[in-house]
Amino acid sequence: MSNEFLKVEGLSKTFAAARGGAALTVFENVNFTINKGEFVCIIGHSGCGKSTILNVLAGLDDASGGVVIMDEREVAGPSLDRGVVFQGHALMPWLTAKKNVAFAVKSRWPHADRAKVDEICQRYIDLVGLTGSENRRPAELSGGMKQRVGIARAFAIEPKMLLLDEPFGALDALTRGVIQDELLKICAATHQTVFMITHDVDEAILLADKIMLMSNGPGAHIAEIVVNTLPRNRSRHTIHKDPQYYPIRNHLVDFLVSRSKNFTEQPPADYDPKHPPLVTPGLADAGLAIPESLLNSQTPPLARVINH
Amino acid sequence: MPRSGRAAAAILSCLMFVVFVAIWHMATLPTAGVQTADDEYAKLLGSNAAKGQKSAFPSPKDVALKMWEHAKDPFFVRGTNDQGIGIQLAYSVGRVLFGFGLAVLVAIPVGFLIGMSPLFYRAFDPFIQVLKPISPLAWMPLALFTIKDSATSSIFVIFICSLWPMLINTAFGVSAVRREWLNVARTLEVSPLRKAFQVVLPAAAPTIMTGMRISVGIAWLVIVAAEMLVGGTGIGYFVWNEWNNLSISNILCAILLIGLVGMLLDQILAWLTQAVSYPE
Repeated sequence: MSNEFLKVEGLSKTFAAARGGAALTVFENVNFTINKGEFVCIIGHSGCGKSTILNVLAGLDDASGGVVIMDEREVAGPSLDRGVVFQGHALMPWLTAKKNVAFAVKSRWPHADRAKVDEICQRYIDLVGLTGSENRRPAELSGGMKQRVGIARAFAIEPKMLLLDEPFGALDALTRGVIQDELLKICAATHQTVFMITHDVDEAILLADKIMLMSNGPGAHIAEIVVNTLPRNRSRHTIHKDPQYYPIRNHLVDFLVSRSKNFTEQPPADYDPKHPPLVTPGLADAGLAIPESLLNSQTPPLARVINH
Repeated sequence: MPRSGRAAAAILSCLMFVVFVAIWHMATLPTAGVQTADDEYAKLLGSNAAKGQKSAFPSPKDVALKMWEHAKDPFFVRGTNDQGIGIQLAYSVGRVLFGFGLAVLVAIPVGFLIGMSPLFYRAFDPFIQVLKPISPLAWMPLALFTIKDSATSSIFVIFICSLWPMLINTAFGVSAVRREWLNVARTLEVSPLRKAFQVVLPAAAPTIMTGMRISVGIAWLVIVAAEMLVGGTGIGYFVWNEWNNLSISNILCAILLIGLVGMLLDQILAWLTQAVSYPE
């Protein structure tokens, strides 16, 4: 029995040809797995289909080929099992912060009485640090606060998995840092399984246990999966002092700046899209694949996850 | 606008009103004419006609006095052709509200259906496009022929003219609900009914209310003309009746009241629109 919680096999997305044009394959043969309690980030340039992959996982979009299996069931359509934090917060502006959360809570537990709903909402509002602002409407909240409400709404339904579509993209760096810390804290407390899109390399290193690198679209693949070998109790204030930090960061930046472009056309000879290579630039020199046995003995995040 | 600016605008409004009344007053000053008819005939004609004046347009004072007369006793009934202006207005407002209410009951559910389903949108579209530009009064003979009741026919005309703006605005508002809110509802597995009432309706409410505001405005325009046609009761009939009586003062009073009631209806809808709109 493996501890694979989410399994994506042979996923592809093709848009039908416009009149006179050729069909556009955004990504193809995308394979990956996510373990229970794992935080996975996906990084790639615009147009590689990250958001589409997330939408397929959410059940909001259909893939052209391939399957997504979560918790031994095929994903077909949206479900309360997967909470989504949308890129543009997607709060309903006519409801207060708390009522936005309550909308989700009532969807999850339709028969809960008012006191129960209220209690759950308040718990998650407190969790994201919005105590005191629960009765304000989204227009009266700052961008960071709105995104926190979005996170509280996603967490409040206690999903088996959380999908975050570049949730902090629109925030300023200071606010982003604060919310990242909070997200890290909440995920550590709830052992949440998370799939997150980001453009921010530092954010990925801070949050993720595994970072999937996508080559450029069209015809994008998952080029490799970087294992974040930094200890899981990392914090924004000390992370950059860890000797592993810069090797990982350089590896990611190097991929995004130079390798992602050519990867789609000229993948390495031994590249197998069914098993994208796991790399640990924090432990060894960049690009070296580490055997499975070594991985288990040397990587705290994965080992910790398995123990859950 | 700052407070001082608002005060200045109010002063300017008053000034314009005073100038308007002054010009009106000057224009309707009695001119000292020479009596052309002989004395006996002059008595029969009345002083103005005897002096060779044309039909006298009432002065602001005449209209103000008439208005005061109406205000003192707006609700008298002294027979079918002699009823207080308040009663006539009430008839008109009642018809507008009834016809408008019926239109709300039809336009909002149908608009919802059209807005939610591209299939229905395309299927309904040609009918709406053809029916919308028809002057509501063109329906009047058809209504009289089929309904065989003038009061109900005018309500039908109000219904038909209120229908289109509400239908179109509801359909537009519903179809333009932000995709991300619908996606939120989808990921939360919200039932279609709950989605309609708790996501789509509040999201589209400001657009729907704007449609209702346009509709009530059009209905109030149309009711005057409809009542002129069918007669009997109502402010439109009052205007036409006073034209037959050649009482320009009464017509001016009615015109002023039509404007005031129309403004009131619009303000109520504007206030309701404000109540359901949300800042983004």
